Amino acid sequence: MKSVIQLQDIHKVYHTGEVDVHAVRGVSLEIGPGEFVAIMGASGSGKSTLMNLIGCLDRPTQGRYLLDDTDVSELDRDELADIRNQKIGFVFQGFNLLPRTSALENAELPMLYMHDHLTSRDQRQRALEALETVGLGERSGHHPNQLSGGQQQRVAIARALVNHPALLLADEPTGNLDSQTSIEIMGVFQKLNEQGMTVVMVTHELDIARYTKRNVIMRDGKVVSDTPVADRLKADAELRRLREAQHAVQLAP
Amino acid sequence: MRNCAGYARPSTRSNWRHENRSECIAPVLGRRNVRNWCSLETRHSPFPVGAGCARGRARFSMRIVAILKVAFRALQRNKMRTVLTMLGIIIGVAAVIAMVGIGNGAKAQVEAQIASLGQNVILIFSGSMTRSGIHSGWGSAGTLMVEDADAIRREIPGVQGVSPELRSVAQAAAGNQNWSTQILGESPDYFQLRQWPLADGTSFTEQDVRGANKVAVIGKTTAQQLYGNENPLGQIVRIKNVPFTVVGLLSSKGLSVMGSDQDDVIIMPYTSAMKRVLGVTTLRSINVQAAAPQLLPVIQQQLIGLLRQRHRILPGRDDDFTVRGQQDIADMATAQSKTMTLLLGSIAAISLLVGGIGIMNIMLVSVTERTREIGIRMAVGARGHDILLQFLIEAVTLSAIGGVLGIGLGIGASNLVASKMQWPTLTPMWASAAAFLVSATVGIFFGFYPARKAARLDPIEALRYE
Repeated sequence: MKSVIQLQDIHKVYHTGEVDVHAVRGVSLEIGPGEFVAIMGASGSGKSTLMNLIGCLDRPTQGRYLLDDTDVSELDRDELADIRNQKIGFVFQGFNLLPRTSALENAELPMLYMHDHLTSRDQRQRALEALETVGLGERSGHHPNQLSGGQQQRVAIARALVNHPALLLADEPTGNLDSQTSIEIMGVFQKLNEQGMTVVMVTHELDIARYTKRNVIMRDGKVVSDTPVADRLKADAELRRLREAQHAVQLAP
Repeated sequence: MRNCAGYARPSTRSNWRHENRSECIAPVLGRRNVRNWCSLETRHSPFPVGAGCARGRARFSMRIVAILKVAFRALQRNKMRTVLTMLGIIIGVAAVIAMVGIGNGAKAQVEAQIASLGQNVILIFSGSMTRSGIHSGWGSAGTLMVEDADAIRREIPGVQGVSPELRSVAQAAAGNQNWSTQILGESPDYFQLRQWPLADGTSFTEQDVRGANKVAVIGKTTAQQLYGNENPLGQIVRIKNVPFTVVGLLSSKGLSVMGSDQDDVIIMPYTSAMKRVLGVTTLRSINVQAAAPQLLPVIQQQLIGLLRQRHRILPGRDDDFTVRGQQDIADMATAQSKTMTLLLGSIAAISLLVGGIGIMNIMLVSVTERTREIGIRMAVGARGHDILLQFLIEAVTLSAIGGVLGIGLGIGASNLVASKMQWPTLTPMWASAAAFLVSATVGIFFGFYPARKAARLDPIEALRYE
């Protein structure tokens, strides 16, 4: 089976001031289609740097990176931008929606930078479908400040999906959300993954990582553990349990 | 082509989006009923399948429209700031437009006045003698004779009209009215030479000149002062107690270049002026009209030669007369307006420069404020030049709208001045077009640096920016 992500001995060195920071020291990683991976690690472990490399926001100092069978380690800025536009959907911790811009227009944003431009009707339709996919079809006209955190993150996911990427990349997607909303968002990822979407996320929360299928743990710029998740949580079941518990609390005298 | 593959949706879960993306296969169109991609719902909602490669072809204009929309929204968000930023451009452009409008009005006015002097006219003034270092005024030396004028008419080819001229101010009286006015002694050629047609009656004739007849043609102002609304033709006007018959009424000529009323005048045969009114034997000046403008330099040289010969002036000695072309007078007037234009032009240029710097400043602020937005746009695939274009278009929108408002303001101002000064209002189309182009160029020039700064941001740092 072909890999979506193939990292071969990736190094990243930052030349900041007098000392060189060796953030990633030789990571080799292969992620196949349909996988759901959580990259974990303490701060300074290099997971964010690795995330930026996987997301084509940055280039490795050394090593080869094949994304969807394309070698992206040697591409220039513009080519990387195209790769991000076509093959990667980003979800951030802070949602990163454009303020004072409707959910629909936020979801349309990646299509503005496509090479083969769609008509505005097609753009609208695709954005609406993506919003429906994350369960926000009725709120397409709302601005971010009229939406809850969970809803904002759903808009961000819709935006990530709108160009049909090969890879959904999430950087601490639940970091700004309460636990129930976090589970809801993980549920969205799980459903997307069930339908074949490859999802890679960075998180430092162990219980969130249990919703994924595979956990990669980093320390000091290296992968120290790479294990499938044994006791995988199902967001649907967890949510049901949570609601029952709340219900029980409300019924209690 | 790349994203065309986006429509070739996977038919199974396992190969989610892993077809060869660089291919756009024709059967794509046939996949209408392929299961919808990653729909959380179980229902099948087909994608806009018609949107294949052909429809997806890059439409640059649409992209510009989308970017313009973003630019307008950004400018609307800070209305006050937008207006204040535009103000520099507005003032600069308004200054340019007003300058051109007012300058053109003034120039047209001056040109009309100069044209009223007549076409292809050379003026010869008597006596520019310098004796013992003292320059006597024009005409005072009395060196020009009627015979000089006759000789010019006779001997110089290409001369169309000659009018010996005398000039004096005298009291004119008619009935119980009297009025101090300019008395001109001229030949009948004068009216043709000055392009000054009669409004009524006839001119005096060569006959009148030979007989030094007591006939006169009067200007509108003088007629008004002496006769009110009565018809002046056939009336008697007494000049220094010599009765003259009014035979003609001049059409109105308005103010001269120097601002005096040209219609306040009585014109009579020069012989009559010499013998009956002024009692002099020499002329003040001679008006000479050339048949064509290209003859002017030759005639001017010949005039000087002829008069020097007639006046027996030895080589190396000064002329006892002054020859002055109409062009000299026009040059004087345009030199003044050139200085004015230069002054106003530099004010406008400085104002546009300051306005441009204002735009640059506000665009730099805007880039800093929207660093995160730039990061988001880059993360979802905006290339450097997409960001560059967005900020450049924003700057140009700012300056172009300022330019349009400035053009409006400038035209308004020049119309106001024109109506106060009773000038023709002339704001040529090219001035508005040029002002608009210049303001747009200012936007490009001063918007480029901030836009490039935005385009060169590192997406990771831009995303992290608080």
